[in-house]
Amino acid sequence: MSEAVRAEAPTASRPAIAEVRESKMRTRHVDLWYGAKQALFDVDLDINANEVTALIGPSGCGKSTYLRCLNRMNDTIDICRTEGDIRLDGEDIYDRSVDVVELRARVGMVFQKPNPFPKSIYDNVAYGPRIHGLVGTKAELDALVEESLTRAALWGEVKDRLADPGNGLSGGQQQRLCIARAIAVGPEVILMDEPCSALDPIATAHIEELIDDLKREFTIVIVTHSMQQAARVSQRTAFFHLGKLIEVGETDDIFTSPQQQMTQDYITGRFG
Amino acid sequence: MSSIAERTYGATNTSTAISVFVMLVTLAALVWTGMPLLIVLLVGLAASAFIVGRTRALTLADGRLSVLHSLPHFHGWYMALMVLLPAFLLWVVLSVAQGPVVHGIIMGDLDDRLQTEQVIWPGTTLSPQAKDFYYQEVVRSAEDADLVTESVVQLSILGTDVDRGRLIRQIRDDGDRYGRLMFLGDTLRFLAPLVLAMLAFTWSVRRIAANFRARNQVERWVVWALIAAATISILTTIGIVFSVLFETLRFFGKVPPMEFLFGLHWSPQTALRADQIAAEGAFGAVPLFVGTLLISTIAMLVAGPIGLFSAIYLSEFASPRFRSWAKPIMEVLAGVPTVVYGFFAALTVAPFVRDVGQAIGLDVASESALAAGMVMGIMIIPFVSSLSDDAINAVPKSLRDAALGLGATRAETVTQILLPAALPGVIAGFLLAVSRAIGETMIVVMAAGLAANLTVNPLEAVTTVTVQIVTLLTGDQEFDTAKTLSAFALGFVLFVTTLLLNVIALYVMQKYREKYD
Ligand SMILES: Nc1ncnc2c1ncn2[C@@H]1O[C@H](COP(=O)(O)OP(=O)(O)O)[C@@H](O)[C@H]1O
Ligand SMILES: [Mg+2]
Repeated sequence: MSEAVRAEAPTASRPAIAEVRESKMRTRHVDLWYGAKQALFDVDLDINANEVTALIGPSGCGKSTYLRCLNRMNDTIDICRTEGDIRLDGEDIYDRSVDVVELRARVGMVFQKPNPFPKSIYDNVAYGPRIHGLVGTKAELDALVEESLTRAALWGEVKDRLADPGNGLSGGQQQRLCIARAIAVGPEVILMDEPCSALDPIATAHIEELIDDLKREFTIVIVTHSMQQAARVSQRTAFFHLGKLIEVGETDDIFTSPQQQMTQDYITGRFG
Repeated sequence: MSSIAERTYGATNTSTAISVFVMLVTLAALVWTGMPLLIVLLVGLAASAFIVGRTRALTLADGRLSVLHSLPHFHGWYMALMVLLPAFLLWVVLSVAQGPVVHGIIMGDLDDRLQTEQVIWPGTTLSPQAKDFYYQEVVRSAEDADLVTESVVQLSILGTDVDRGRLIRQIRDDGDRYGRLMFLGDTLRFLAPLVLAMLAFTWSVRRIAANFRARNQVERWVVWALIAAATISILTTIGIVFSVLFETLRFFGKVPPMEFLFGLHWSPQTALRADQIAAEGAFGAVPLFVGTLLISTIAMLVAGPIGLFSAIYLSEFASPRFRSWAKPIMEVLAGVPTVVYGFFAALTVAPFVRDVGQAIGLDVASESALAAGMVMGIMIIPFVSSLSDDAINAVPKSLRDAALGLGATRAETVTQILLPAALPGVIAGFLLAVSRAIGETMIVVMAAGLAANLTVNPLEAVTTVTVQIVTLLTGDQEFDTAKTLSAFALGFVLFVTTLLLNVIALYVMQKYREKYD
């Protein structure tokens, strides 16, 4: 099934721009400090459902920081303090009643460097379902692992060696394994922080196709330093600079007719 | 640029004066501490060589340091090392050789001379013991010829028919010769290094030139010094192993290895009088092995969980501030002198254990394996906690993020992801702690008793391998009895065990390092 999906031309399957979409996540007035240093300034951004939103901007502008607000990964950094309103399906994720563990199951994450656990391929994918008690029987778990690997376009390559260590795969395969691991928990949103920056061009192309497929089921936010990648995979693009959101809009508009001079300068390569 | 060079050059005279002053003060201090004159002279020469080399290089540079291949102080160091090291080596060689050479000269043709001087009958020789004794007497006679008396000679060169009067004369002659040879040797030992040092001085000072690679030469000397240091420690280890091994083999000549390794009874008695052959003692070391194992197990039962849990707490849950002072404090535990733990165990913990035991109706010996093991466990907590903490911290942050990002709690992240990934390091920590526990002596001597009971009951007194070694070798001992030699056999077993544990620990850590490369 994955083969069939991958055979489709990724760009052809984009939804029409005119569709009205509700926003999956909404952030308003987000300020963030690392100790005394402010890293985000008053960021307002909507993430639409079943779309790929790309975050671009020069290095150090706060893309990763913003991304990590969306599943509260910044909580793990002692000196980090976040203010503002961040909502998932209208619910404030920084509310005291919110269980951060459950939130992270709903908002999954894929990191810059592939980081499979030093466990078997199977156990890597099964880890999330196990800790969240998503399946009752071994058969169900098997099925979920297969489904996740299939959706991550990796099943065909690993189905005969599920017991092998995850670290033994190639970089691109490892990153797809990490995607499968995130999918297996059944998230609604998947955050990807420069998922291709450690990969070669062919593996990158694989992941980009995969992202394009995944947006049918998931809402995806991807940080990328490559404007071409943003243009290829995303429907909306947000441009950050020095911790501020400068401009956000349809990807095609951002790359053809940006409203801000700074965005124009960045996408034409004048800085960054 | 040029002004800097001029200033450097201008400073030469002052800095040379300072160097000379420092040198003189140092030499005075050396003389005052009673250093041998030779050392003082050599150090003085080396220091002058440094100053001369440096000054010469500075003069050659004539204000422009860039014309030199090496900076002036490298020329100084080069000369100093050339002066000091070969001379020092020569001195070491001569010192080591002096005794044997003199011995060889005097004793080489002893039998022939004794025969020609008609001290012994033609065709007869001295026994090896008699020869050793003869040489002793020669040395004594060199100190004071009157010390060699007839009775001494008569007693010692037993078994050989000697003419006593001539023997004494011969010994006194050889004593004179010995004195002369030693004086010659001492003089050589003093003069030769000095001459060598001076030759090296004149030779090396001529090599100082603008393009001379003093820096590389010094580097070579440094490398050799490092090699020498490493070699010394390795050779020492090997030496210890072999001497212990040698004594162990001698012990096994008296007591069969099987009896030692598998015998169940340990009571190493020595005969008080030569005719008490029956009291040879029993050398079955199993009670000691079991006692060691018992105490180490108790210690690990204390140190394992406490060490591991504190490592987890420190690395994952504690605030950086708490961690920054808690970790050093824990590590201090390993630095407390073991004798302090010993009396803590004997005077505080052991009575406490006994009282608690009695309160709940148990019969506890006043010296118990439990008390010693618990205190030892406290002592080795840092081995477990520190290495486990390092291992957990060495797990890449990305794995921690991956687990947290999947919605794992902190505790799940630690137990399911971090600990398994850090397991080799944790195991290595455990193994090092065990080997420390096995080798620990003082706590057990003070708190566990001396009775070689074969028991696994932690409430009884037991004894360990190390404790027995101590009791076997303290006090005046004859070095040839099975009793004393058994200490070496025990030591050897101990050595092999801890060595194995350490090797395994290193191997495990090695494997684990490869994993994240
Ligand atoms: N853990 C941290 N502690 C302190 N400062 C941080 C931390 N992470 C990021 N920053 C700072 O926040 C700013 C934004 O970083 P980041 O979000 O990683 O940028 P980007 O992903 O756009 O390259 C940078 O100035 C960075 O130095
Ligand atoms: Mg980043």
